[in-house]
Amino acid sequence: MLGIQQTDAGMPDPGIYFQWGDFLIQFGNLVVIATMVVLFILALVIPFPGRRSRK
Amino acid sequence: MTVDHEPVSTADGGEPRFSTWTGKARGWALRRLPPDKLLPEGQPSYVSSWIYVFGMGAVAALVYIIGSGIVLALNGPTWFHVSSLGRFINSTHLWSVELFFMFMVIHLWGKFWMAAWRGGRVLTWITGMLAFVVSIVTAFTGYLLQTNFDSQWIAFQAKDALNAVGIGAWFNVADLGQILMWHITLLPLAVAVVVALHVVLVRMHGVVPPLEAAASDAQLSSATPNPATESEHRK
Ligand code: HEM
Repeated sequence: MLGIQQTDAGMPDPGIYFQWGDFLIQFGNLVVIATMVVLFILALVIPFPGRRSRK
Repeated sequence: MTVDHEPVSTADGGEPRFSTWTGKARGWALRRLPPDKLLPEGQPSYVSSWIYVFGMGAVAALVYIIGSGIVLALNGPTWFHVSSLGRFINSTHLWSVELFFMFMVIHLWGKFWMAAWRGGRVLTWITGMLAFVVSIVTAFTGYLLQTNFDSQWIAFQAKDALNAVGIGAWFNVADLGQILMWHITLLPLAVAVVVALHVVLVRMHGVVPPLEAAASDAQLSSATPNPATESEHRK
């Protein structure tokens, strides 16, 4: 499209934060960490599709 | 005329000895990484778990990062900050970095909890750790290239840390030209070299047996021991 979009010139979004006592985390960072933990657990429990059986 | 540098068989009929440095280097490389170990056709059965996929997941993401990065670099910011296709490629460059780091961290957790540095694999672990550190610096320089308020904020915060450790004059986050060059040449090259070494080391040593594998396991006892890396077990 023509020209730089308005959002580029604007201030960044302040973001969403969660806080439990001293512990403060930004929403996006929490999503990334939670996704990694979930993927890690799934990788351990989901059986790997078997091909030819091996000795 | 005779050829001087034919390999000489050892008296016990073992491996040939080479007399030139090229021959010695070839002998060393063939001993440490014979072609069937470099590109094996099969893996021990314990490798059939999703946890072993994340290393290659990180490699795949890295390939896309470098490919899209080349496209961005060749077209320049007047394309990737403005046109819709440019913005799209710019976005996929960022999102593949997100995937790269997630895969790398899951890979790291997996290798940590299977103590994958066992059996002479310490250099594999160390090159992995180096890949992690160099990737973080590369991503950092990438965030500085957004040329928006976010990147300005990141640079403003980072300069104090870099000055405090005394490298701010050489690695100057306020010098966009310098940071661009780090991001598109030296750092990606460093990541690629470290990752290549890391993967070659994995191939040299073979995949580490699981912690619970008993020394009597058939797959381990049928392995031919490698004198160069004793306590090695492979199929
Ligand atoms: C740039 C990021 C990285 C890439 C592309 C990468 C790639 C790989 C690949 C393809 C493998 C073989 C397949 C597998 O087991 O997943 C592997 C193995 C390994 N990685 Fe990484 N890796 C990276 C980062 C790391 C990090 C951060 C560590 C830990 C500090 C690490 C430690 C290891 C170890 C110890 C092995 C050997 C496992 C074995 O022998 O069974 N890697 N890596």
